[in-house]
Amino acid sequence: MTIEVRNLVKTFGSFKALDGVDLKVDSGELVALLGPSGSGKTTLLRIVAGLDWPDSGEVLINGEDALAQGARERHVGFVFQHYALFRHMTVFENVAFGLRVQPRAVRKDEAAIRARVKELLDLVQLDWLADRYPGQLSGGQRQRIALARALAIEPRILLLDEPFGALDAKVRKELRKWLRALHREISVTSIFVTHDQEEALEVANRVVVMDKGRIEQIGSPDDVYDNPATAFVHGFIGESIVLPVEVANGTVRLGDRPLDLAAGGLAPGASRLFVRRHDMLVGPPGSGAFEGAIRHVRNFGPVQRAEVALSGGQTIEIDAPRDRELRAGDTIGLEPRRYRIFAG
Amino acid sequence: MSAVAARRRTLPGFGLTMGLTLTWLSVIILIPLAGLFLKSLELSPEQFWNILSSRRTLNALRVSFGLAFAAACVNLVMGSIIVWALVRYRFPGRRLFDAIVDVPFALPTAVAGVALTALFAEKGWLGAPLAALGIKVAFTPLGIFVAMIFIGIPFVVRTVQPVLQDLDPGIEEAAGSLGASRWQTIIRVILPSLAPALLTGLALAFARAVGEYGSVIFIAGNLPNVSEIAPLLIVIRLSEFRYADATAIAVVMLVVSFVIIFAVNRLQRWAQSRIPAR
Amino acid sequence: MTVQIAHSGPVTSSDEKARAREALARNSLRTEPKAVRIVVIAIAVAFLTIFVVLPLVVVFAHAFSKGIAAYLAALAEPEALAAIRLTLLVAAISVGLNLVFGLVAAWAIAKFDFPGKTFLITLIDLPFSVSPVISGLVFVLLFGAQGYLGGWLRDHDIQILFAVPGIALATTFVTFPFVARALIPLMQEQGTQEEEAAISLGASGLQTFFRVTLPNIKWGVLYGVLLCNARAMGEFGAVSVVSGHIRGETNTMPLLVEILYDEYQFVAAFAIASLLAMLALITLIAKTVLERHLDEGQDPSDH
Repeated sequence: MTIEVRNLVKTFGSFKALDGVDLKVDSGELVALLGPSGSGKTTLLRIVAGLDWPDSGEVLINGEDALAQGARERHVGFVFQHYALFRHMTVFENVAFGLRVQPRAVRKDEAAIRARVKELLDLVQLDWLADRYPGQLSGGQRQRIALARALAIEPRILLLDEPFGALDAKVRKELRKWLRALHREISVTSIFVTHDQEEALEVANRVVVMDKGRIEQIGSPDDVYDNPATAFVHGFIGESIVLPVEVANGTVRLGDRPLDLAAGGLAPGASRLFVRRHDMLVGPPGSGAFEGAIRHVRNFGPVQRAEVALSGGQTIEIDAPRDRELRAGDTIGLEPRRYRIFAG
Repeated sequence: MSAVAARRRTLPGFGLTMGLTLTWLSVIILIPLAGLFLKSLELSPEQFWNILSSRRTLNALRVSFGLAFAAACVNLVMGSIIVWALVRYRFPGRRLFDAIVDVPFALPTAVAGVALTALFAEKGWLGAPLAALGIKVAFTPLGIFVAMIFIGIPFVVRTVQPVLQDLDPGIEEAAGSLGASRWQTIIRVILPSLAPALLTGLALAFARAVGEYGSVIFIAGNLPNVSEIAPLLIVIRLSEFRYADATAIAVVMLVVSFVIIFAVNRLQRWAQSRIPAR
Repeated sequence: MTVQIAHSGPVTSSDEKARAREALARNSLRTEPKAVRIVVIAIAVAFLTIFVVLPLVVVFAHAFSKGIAAYLAALAEPEALAAIRLTLLVAAISVGLNLVFGLVAAWAIAKFDFPGKTFLITLIDLPFSVSPVISGLVFVLLFGAQGYLGGWLRDHDIQILFAVPGIALATTFVTFPFVARALIPLMQEQGTQEEEAAISLGASGLQTFFRVTLPNIKWGVLYGVLLCNARAMGEFGAVSVVSGHIRGETNTMPLLVEILYDEYQFVAAFAIASLLAMLALITLIAKTVLERHLDEGQDPSDH
């Protein structure tokens, strides 16, 4: 099953939630929609599910026009952010719901329904909770029941809205691995929404980074981390040092100081230099593109983090391996191993 | 909203349920009420004025509005004391008395009317001792006042009670720790926090008492110009087939009630805007 | 009346001291001296006793003043039985109508966003602030002999005023907001996610309503019906205006109380009144129970 959206636009009052979004998801993929809150990712997901309707644009599921169908006919599995389990039904009845509401002509008989529910509860490893009510479950258990309920209707595609958003950190990490493994097992085309980059990079085959109703970049997890396409993606994913620079005559200047950085192909004018903290290599004074004085140093797990006052006046934080000796007061040279310059 | 968005709502049934709601609302409430206003438009301004300025009408309105306001004020004070006792103190029978506050809501007004009359009549349980003191309650304006107090109690208590319950204990402790006496804390900190609810309760009790009929007419005596309430005068005019008179009085009362609801809505909105969102 | 200060279990003297100190600290900041507390409680209890408890007691005292046989005889009068029947019929009609309306209106108002929602709720609330007498008057003006539809009704020989339809209409008007107002806040609080989940799992609109929405609001429905019914059975002013007081035909129980009382048949009047008072008490008890259910219905861990 493929999912394709073309030029989707959706406004709420004067707020543009989606501003011309195009996206194609291939069969069997597990795609993450990643972005800050208000970036339009949940709106996009709800439109694909038929829970919201775009102002204009197209949604195709397996090549068919999905906008001609309501949520009920789309056969889409949707896992809600707060699970939306039916609180007056047992876990078993929650999972069975989608099977029980089918038209009489195609509805399975009771034995087949029970077998299917049992199978799904086994799949999410919660068969022992069948007779409980949602109020008696932990967050992680509810999340898995919500998933089992969505899978019960054998959905063509699976959509998950912040699937781990309401869970605490430890459960969240466990469930991430579990979801990845589950996807490998059932390989249904899936999209999930998250604002947590770690989650997106760890779980998804492909990551779609969104901001202000637009797609900033689509790529593999490695791609969006190593080759951010826009300043937003560079700033949003991973931790970056950002310095205002000036591009002129093929050189890059930081304030008055020309930097020994390639400016090939860049338009002249005010720009921003992005470097990952751990991509700033420390050398003796005079080496490298920058020079600065270490203000103070603190150990941070496997790395040490140094606050450095650059000779141009800016203050940046860099990460260096613990074995490299850094002392407050030292003057050092800094060379970005990898960097990007974006106009504006 | 574009065509696609307007056509599609996620949950079904909006058009149907909204259509039914508006239709039913119009048939049962809006059209009948509009009929009343339409009827009053058949009167010329002079006719309207003559009806309202007749001595009997004026006196009936004065009795209804005046006593309703006095009763609402008594309810404001007594209601506050009751709320304070129910929310802040523990005493035997507290839950029972809490439940009993709703009796005037639930007791049919005719039952309340005959009960209050029996209680306050000259030979009644309370009427007899009061008569010995030279106070006559039943069949006097004082009786109307008593019935209006009865009917208004729950309005003040049930509007103020939740607000006092939800009041952050921190503000009292803060006031106390800043050196305020208990009395100063109540007057300067608690009372202002309760003010919107108190005013709302006052307005609701007043509105209810002005329109009240069943619990009042038995105990009122219904002497024209003395102890005749406006709703009763409407009924009398109707039985005399003087529809114009009944309509004119009704319109005045209705307009006053609408002004009160409008004021209460405003008050509630204002009170909500003062409270930071939690 | 005394003020209880809760102490439980054996306490050591140091515990006791600590507690006393704590109580002192809290008392001085958040409560009043004991004398003040006793006076406030005494005033509250005395006021509620005089104005609420005694009227209730007096109803039963008068009803049984001539013994239980006279009480039962009064209730067995054909006139009394006719009034009880009519009251039940009218209540059934108006509660039924308002139940359907309440569910339909609450669905439209609570589950969808549209401009003018607050105004619509205000309109639904209107009957709460209209004098009962005026609630009856509006129907007299519509259907009465001189009313807008009076002539047409006479020509077609349709009786609305001074008959069951008029009484049912006036009662429906007066009890209009109860069910809707019980359901709208409840359904707004519950949101639309469960319904969206049901739809996306393939349920139809009706399946969603009956299998997902209704079970979630059943206590609220009962609560609204309960209050609606109490008011419908007890309504006096509005019904009095439209009924015509035809004995044995258009007298509801509250109207019969008035007639018997005016005829100095006190035992009979209070016997009927005692039935209505019991209805009120049962309503209040059921209401308290339902309120507990409604509070429990909110799932605190679901947010």
